[in-house]
Amino acid sequence: MKRVSLIALALVVVLTGFGVAVAVEAAQAQAKSADAAKPAESAAAKPAEPAPAAPKAAAVNTFNRLMIPRADRNPPPMKDGIHDPEGPGTSMLQPPLDAFSVMPKSNAGNNINWVQAIKDKAINPRYDRLNPNEAPMVLDLDIVREVKGFMPDVVYPHDRHTEWLDCSNCHPDIFIPEKGKNVISMAQILMGQKCGVCHGKVAFPVSECRLCHSKKKDQPKSASTGK
Amino acid sequence: MRREFLGSKPAPGRSLGLLRMAFLLGMACLLWGGDVLAEYGDIVINNYSDKAGMRPAIFPHWFHRIRFRCKVCHADLGFKFKAGGNEINMLKIIDGQFCGGCHNGEVAWSVENCDICHSGKPNTPTQVHGNTIQKLVK
Repeated sequence: MKRVSLIALALVVVLTGFGVAVAVEAAQAQAKSADAAKPAESAAAKPAEPAPAAPKAAAVNTFNRLMIPRADRNPPPMKDGIHDPEGPGTSMLQPPLDAFSVMPKSNAGNNINWVQAIKDKAINPRYDRLNPNEAPMVLDLDIVREVKGFMPDVVYPHDRHTEWLDCSNCHPDIFIPEKGKNVISMAQILMGQKCGVCHGKVAFPVSECRLCHSKKKDQPKSASTGK
Repeated sequence: MRREFLGSKPAPGRSLGLLRMAFLLGMACLLWGGDVLAEYGDIVINNYSDKAGMRPAIFPHWFHRIRFRCKVCHADLGFKFKAGGNEINMLKIIDGQFCGGCHNGEVAWSVENCDICHSGKPNTPTQVHGNTIQKLVK
């Protein structure tokens, strides 16, 4: 029953998202047609000027119409939409691109590969509040979770997580540290539970399917295979 | 499974929960359908700020994770993984809890720099910017 309600919840999320997306699209289309009408009016008001040339095909039929252009990603705080440009402190904040210029890139989240950044020593975040030399307790243990559907199995690498986190961050509240005790679904993750406590908020989002679903099903099972 | 779900009458509390969820998602879309391109993981905390006439506080995760690993704040300083869920106020910060663990004039600049944290647009709701649910309803 719990699973059924979760599926229902996921359906509501997806359907609401779809409905709203359609509404937004319609509103944007209206706004665009209104914008398109404006230049015509202004052209009519100034008859001395030549009629504006029709937009070139390349200008309207561009690639990646719905994607955020690369130049607009990681904007400085003054232009990011949540900082108040009139706030006296906003101009003192570091623009993200200044910091990111020395870090390895990715295609999601902050557009930064944070795990690689530590590996490459592009950054060296402290593991202790005061002691800059304290080294993290890294646990090198991969957990393989067999997936029911057609997606490749999930490999959970403890090492990349313990570089950043303490055991107590996940165990036992989010994940019971026992084989077979944790039921995890994408619906839960999308709603911000289990892996979704971090993945989809600060760690790489669920759009990066293959970073977790990384083990082909036809590969021989290893000794650490668990469910 | 499906028939069982359709046939069973949901408890009133549950159907209300789903309705509320749908409504909240709709609201979130209305608020965040615009050109907000802030960093993934930027936390807006507006538990008390608006009511107190301050701009909401913004915590940039990206800036802090360059300097500290998650463990420092989320294990040692006790920050829960929940935007707005820590009931942080200035008294706790001055007493060295939460942000005050570092923002004490020693590890990092101190509380007199009000406007560096309280730099959000007024009336911005508490949120993790760029989270999955926000993206789904966009």
